[in-house]
Amino acid sequence: MKTYNKGAVKALDGLSLDVEEGTVLSVLGPNGAGKTTTVRILATLLSPDSGNATVGGIDVIKHPEKVREIIGLSGQYAAVDETLTGWDNLVMFGRLYHLNKNAAVKRADDLLERFSLTDSAKRPIKTYSGGMRRRLDLAASLIVQPKVLFLDEPTTGLDPRGRQEMWGVIEELVKGGVTLLLTTQYLEEADQLADDIVVIDHGKVIARGTSDALKKEVGGERLEVVVDQGNIAKTLEIVARVSGNKASLDEGLRRISAPVSTGSMALMEVLRSMDSEGIHALDVGLKRPSLDDVFMSLTGHVAEVEEVKK
Amino acid sequence: MNVITDSIVITKRQLLQLARVPEVLIFSTIQPVMFVLLFRYVFGGSIETGQPGGYVQLLMPGIFVQTVAFTLAATASGLAEDMKKGLIDRFRSLPIARSALILGRTLGDSLLNIVVLAVMGAAGFVVGWRPTSGLFQVALAFLFLLFFGYALSWVGIYIGLSARDARVVQNVSFLVTFPLTFLSNAFAPTTGMPRPLQYVAEWNPVSTMVAACRQLFGLENQFGATAGSFPSENPLTMSLIYMAIIMIIFVPMSVKKYQNASN
Repeated sequence: MKTYNKGAVKALDGLSLDVEEGTVLSVLGPNGAGKTTTVRILATLLSPDSGNATVGGIDVIKHPEKVREIIGLSGQYAAVDETLTGWDNLVMFGRLYHLNKNAAVKRADDLLERFSLTDSAKRPIKTYSGGMRRRLDLAASLIVQPKVLFLDEPTTGLDPRGRQEMWGVIEELVKGGVTLLLTTQYLEEADQLADDIVVIDHGKVIARGTSDALKKEVGGERLEVVVDQGNIAKTLEIVARVSGNKASLDEGLRRISAPVSTGSMALMEVLRSMDSEGIHALDVGLKRPSLDDVFMSLTGHVAEVEEVKK
Repeated sequence: MNVITDSIVITKRQLLQLARVPEVLIFSTIQPVMFVLLFRYVFGGSIETGQPGGYVQLLMPGIFVQTVAFTLAATASGLAEDMKKGLIDRFRSLPIARSALILGRTLGDSLLNIVVLAVMGAAGFVVGWRPTSGLFQVALAFLFLLFFGYALSWVGIYIGLSARDARVVQNVSFLVTFPLTFLSNAFAPTTGMPRPLQYVAEWNPVSTMVAACRQLFGLENQFGATAGSFPSENPLTMSLIYMAIIMIIFVPMSVKKYQNASN
């Protein structure tokens, strides 16, 4: 548990989680849910008021200095020296990880190469784009192959291209077998990168499972079919009959949908019925619920995604 | 000794910053040189000192002390900037001694002071400053100045880690350093001040530092020292006591602050 302002604000409240070695756990939640506080405690930057935590089997409260030897941390802000070049920064961090001069230089060169930053290696970070900064920041947390890596909202504030690049880099890392704890407020990010997802809100875990399991928890699939204006009424009837549920209509998109429990069977039956009525489907499909739907049904409110201004 | 080597890496970082952005070094030396020229030629003509060699002899020690006192602001704002950028978090997550970062920072700021003092000394020499003591005493005076700056940069560490915003740090630092440097014997005789202020000025560490430097540079005139008061009679001893007190209070406080720092 972690409280602020003499207990007035509970940032974490009985939060409990664990990550299997070599897997990716995503901590998903809106702003203020307690994601960063969780990471800061695990990365030994903050002490919890009560409770305990171990990283790689080491107690973060009793032996923080040992934990620091096996972790890498990359936060919401690119925590690098902006007046220095990318190369300067990586060599400096290498030296602080007690690599000798040559090893630090070699490691810096390797990491710059790996993160496609070689061309900008000798430019001050100030001149980097947001995506480049984050990549450099990530590189700095990988100087000594950490056993456990913490990425606190690694793509918050990045443009879509920067986000894609960052995802690519993270996926590479995951293939390399690092144990990763990733916090994010982007549902698709957790979906894309994580083995397991923990959804937290107000400092509490409100759900845990794989992306698939979470989606299942929210409910089955939805059947969606798009038709011409003139066929809407009849199609609504068919979908309602087949699904046994009330069919809803999105008028603008002329899309009719309803939850179904029999999946593709229901889909085929709808299509057959439409066919016998002479209705042509413009688009048809089965949609599984998005993590947005998961979040909505778990918390009763949508995930408030706020772009963090730099 | 990892603490030492880690600190050196941090100090090197500061030197590298200066190499990458040389303007910082240029402006941090221009300012004190400007003070030398302004005080020398604006006040120098009208302040009657009875000092052989003129006002500039008394002025230079004052400006030296003022400049090293401003180390406090430099250290504080540098650290506040690192806090804001999240760099402090990164350093704190590394397997290095937590004192290394602040130790390295205070050392770096002292190295910068060496350069600044050298440039100022040269500028003073050009406008007529001539210490009359020996080389050894002059060197001792500069060592004294460096140590005073070093002690104050620990106060800067504390301020830098306490404030939430770099702009606040600037304001707080100036609020501390301005009255401290002007409510002293650095630029004008304290005898012209109202009695209570005179008393404050006499015990002000800046005054004892200035008086100590004047003594080491071979000056008799203490610019309004009240005969018989302990700080005026023993400026060197008093300055050493002050530096020790500052360090004893602020080193542990700053280290503790750093260990719990979070932005």
